[in-house]
Amino acid sequence: MSDYNFAYLDEQTKRMIRRALLKAVAVPGYQVPFASREMPMPYGWGTGGVQVTAACLTPDDTLKVIDQGADDTTNAVSIRKFFEKTAHVATTEKTRAASVIQTRHRIPEEPLTADQILVYQVPIPEPLRFLEPRETETRRMHALEEYGLMHVKLYEDIARHGHIATAYAYPVKVEGRYVMDPSPIPKFDNPKLESAALQLFGAGREQRIYAIPPHTRVVSLDFEDHPFEASKADHACDLCSARHTYLDEVITDDAGGRMFVCSDTDYCAGRQATGHHGRLSPQEATA
Amino acid sequence: MTPLLSVRDLSKTYGGRIGCADVSFDLYPGEVLGIVGESGSGKSTLLNCLAGHLAPDTGEILFDTRTDGPRDTRKMSEPERRMLSRTDWAFVHQNPRDGLRMGVSAGGNVGERLMAVGARHYGQIRAQATDWLGRVEITEDRLDDRPSAFSGGMQQRLQIARNLVTGPRLVFMDEPTGGLDVSVQARLLDLLRGLVREMGLSAIIVTHDLAVVRLLAHRLMVMKSGHVVEQGLTDQVLDDPQHAYTQLLVSSILQV
Amino acid sequence: MIRIENVSKSFTLHNQGGAVIPVMEGASFTVAPGECVALTGDSGAGKSTLMRMIHGNYLAASGRIIVGDTDVARAEPREILTLRRDTLGYVSQFLRVVPRVPTRDVVAEPLLAVGTDRATAHARAEELLTRLNIPQTLWSLSPTTFSGGEQQRVNIARGFAHDFPAMLLDEPTASLDATNRETVLRLIEEAKARGTAIIGIFHDADARARVADREIDVSAFTPARAA
Repeated sequence: MSDYNFAYLDEQTKRMIRRALLKAVAVPGYQVPFASREMPMPYGWGTGGVQVTAACLTPDDTLKVIDQGADDTTNAVSIRKFFEKTAHVATTEKTRAASVIQTRHRIPEEPLTADQILVYQVPIPEPLRFLEPRETETRRMHALEEYGLMHVKLYEDIARHGHIATAYAYPVKVEGRYVMDPSPIPKFDNPKLESAALQLFGAGREQRIYAIPPHTRVVSLDFEDHPFEASKADHACDLCSARHTYLDEVITDDAGGRMFVCSDTDYCAGRQATGHHGRLSPQEATA
Repeated sequence: MTPLLSVRDLSKTYGGRIGCADVSFDLYPGEVLGIVGESGSGKSTLLNCLAGHLAPDTGEILFDTRTDGPRDTRKMSEPERRMLSRTDWAFVHQNPRDGLRMGVSAGGNVGERLMAVGARHYGQIRAQATDWLGRVEITEDRLDDRPSAFSGGMQQRLQIARNLVTGPRLVFMDEPTGGLDVSVQARLLDLLRGLVREMGLSAIIVTHDLAVVRLLAHRLMVMKSGHVVEQGLTDQVLDDPQHAYTQLLVSSILQV
Repeated sequence: MIRIENVSKSFTLHNQGGAVIPVMEGASFTVAPGECVALTGDSGAGKSTLMRMIHGNYLAASGRIIVGDTDVARAEPREILTLRRDTLGYVSQFLRVVPRVPTRDVVAEPLLAVGTDRATAHARAEELLTRLNIPQTLWSLSPTTFSGGEQQRVNIARGFAHDFPAMLLDEPTASLDATNRETVLRLIEEAKARGTAIIGIFHDADARARVADREIDVSAFTPARAA
């Protein structure tokens, strides 16, 4: 028996967050301010996502937490433990089995369904921030749909690197209106932002919540002569041989050895279980 | 001919203090109007009211819009006014740092106004930026450098290119040659004169440098304590000043 | 072409006790197309003042100054600017230009202002500079560094670049050598032949006798001193 209120936050706080969530869903891509609370973890460790998850969870939910696609990193494990302890909800590593998924910097490879909620942890919600430091000005720019500046960032990319070098947190326009930072997901995941699931974004330190309702149009910004490309490392997964997934590069020794593996650990494990093998699979190594 | 800008009884006070009072004038297409006066005479207040940076207390500012003819910019909605200031208007600040993005390359600075009005073709944006840098005498190899690596005169020329790339019809300039040394000033004046003539620009230039207005402005407005004390043809006002203050101003110039 | 009717002028010196100095009264005369009128009178009689009033540089206190179909004494600044651009040329004694602008462009500018294409304007500028013996090596330099005589010739070339229907000439032959003086007088005669109405100030009596059809002594317009 724990002495925590369900999912740590008190009921009034969760109501406040739910009101912000409703507004965010009603105005897709718009950053709704909310009274972010101190959480028992440092800023940058997902305080925004945790508060949104806490406000969404019901006792019947099954929670999955991923960090860069993996279920077993410190961040993912500690947040999962946090809700096991404070909400007593079931947890899972299976994408398909989860009703709520909190994520840091990835969208699962498995297409999400209408009965799922994906909660993103967001460090800096304002896509215009690095070009325009004044909050008063960025809010006015959103209000008046003045988004020329966003293209200036992409222009600078091409001018400097010959192509759009922004590889993560790639800005998108939501439902033809608000330009939004999709959190630092790789741009490979951008096409997956058009989803059947409800997607919620929480920025704890910056005190903003925003959302993409199911089946909302999400367009990645680009130039006519430099169209958006969902890029990934040009390799197959060394464990499951998938060519269509986002890969992590892992350095394996100090002699230049490296391997590419799916960043989505659950997806990779699922493929291996159904008989897909990669270049460095244990089965092949022993064979 | 319809004036491009028609100002009637414009007043702005700061609390009980007069910023500018009862200013009226017409500016026709292709005309350059100089506003001179000592510090605190209200010339910058007037310029900022005209450009929509300050809200005047009373008066009308009628701008001859491309689509709907003359409209009072004070009654426009904010999006309309901001659209105007991105397209048909330009504002050249005394300090180029106020008018440039110092963290963005020269090409990006010039391209921003194009992208703000919907340009989405990188190659074309870049070509236009290159063209404009050329017109303000910045070589193409500086296209990807940041303005922080430019000299003061180059920054000011870059600011002008950034402002003129969308083909504005009205340019507001606040001491455009203020912080520059004399030889750079001359070059900039020559450049501005050429652009004004080639593009048929109208401009309002605030300055306290009478030599600058003599070379650039067709007409002159002399301000003192928030009021316009004299206006007319530039050389007439400077050579045959009628008002006591203008006579004082003109006779105070040091002869080189 | 130019009609002066009952023009008067006074200067008020606000910063010197508000002294009012009347300098001209009841000035009236006309100049027909193709005619050259020389203003005469002692130094200080008001020749330059009258010339400047016709040019719109000084405000006339009363009267009418009709050039073409513009009353300079009452016109809006932009009407005077149009008049100066299209109709009324002025060769002053001093060259006033933007530093750094090449001589060729300085001379071509009045043509560019009336919409002549650049090539034609430059060709005309070069022709005039050649006639006035400005060495070709100087054409691409700014005239601000030239000698007084060279500046004066550049000024004349600029004044004659566009064929104005009316012209004001203030000492056009001053400080010129015999060859260049001859060229300037020819330019004036050519302008007259084209039908240009000219008002000039010539201290050079021979030059005056050669180009002027009439003389007007502006001393006649000097107000009687109150004292």
